[in-house]
Amino acid sequence: MMEIGLNHYLVLSTILFSIGLIGVMRRKNLLMLFFATEILLNSVNIGFAAISHYYGDLTGQMFAFFVIAIAASEVAVGLGLLIVWHKRHNNIDLDNMSTMKG
Amino acid sequence: MFEAISFYLFAFLTIAMFFITVTTSQALYALTALAAGMIFISAFFFILGADFLGAVQIVVYSGAVMALYAFGMMFFDTTRDLKEKQGNNFIIYGLSVVAAVLVVVIFAAPMVADGVPALYPIVEGIGNTQEVGIVLFTKYLIPFEVAAIMLLVAMVAGIVLAGKKMDLSLTMMSDAEVRDLKEDKNKKVLS
Repeated sequence: MMEIGLNHYLVLSTILFSIGLIGVMRRKNLLMLFFATEILLNSVNIGFAAISHYYGDLTGQMFAFFVIAIAASEVAVGLGLLIVWHKRHNNIDLDNMSTMKG
Repeated sequence: MFEAISFYLFAFLTIAMFFITVTTSQALYALTALAAGMIFISAFFFILGADFLGAVQIVVYSGAVMALYAFGMMFFDTTRDLKEKQGNNFIIYGLSVVAAVLVVVIFAAPMVADGVPALYPIVEGIGNTQEVGIVLFTKYLIPFEVAAIMLLVAMVAGIVLAGKKMDLSLTMMSDAEVRDLKEDKNKKVLS
């Protein structure tokens, strides 16, 4: 119990990933959907860092860096698209995007 | 002992913050809870000896991404309550847990099965930042450059998408000009 091993971190990563997935499935607002995506990426990062530490291998940390870079660019492009959508339709609900009428 | 205490403390705090993020009906609460959760996650990186990753986590997530979201939220109407999907909760929670366990099994199964050997072992005696620099600029140089180009593309895309009509300054114009612009807007639509 007092000795923190790899399993502890993997369980934590699983719990955070579940929370993120629940957010992705429950939310209607697209901004909240983006927040849930950030939670998903962060939980995976914890898993990478923990594996990197317990196996004495730096590859995990490298992947975490690239995940962070991808998350940053995803936010930039996603928010830009969201702003354009909001200017046109005046809301950012997911239900209004279910048809491809443009 | 200290490691265990800090792990459980930060695990509890992170889970609580992210739970608030996905359940609250106020967009501002969600944003602040998410920022707090990001900071708490960097604590795990420091516990795990990945100092540079922890610093990058704070700088990029709590600094850049949160500021970007805060600016983005100024465009949206965040005062009204968020609507949520009315669906079968059991399916949502069940699917989430199953998918998360699957992801962890995909990560962990190869290591448990045959013990993946360390490709770039952590060297004793030099700091984490130095190690990261050595590996990043030798073995991962091309992915690093590709990531740089991707960030550039994302920046240009963000400017092109969000920056329309940014050449007009609403504060420097007279009231009549602003009124004209508003009438104009109804015809042309901002797009």
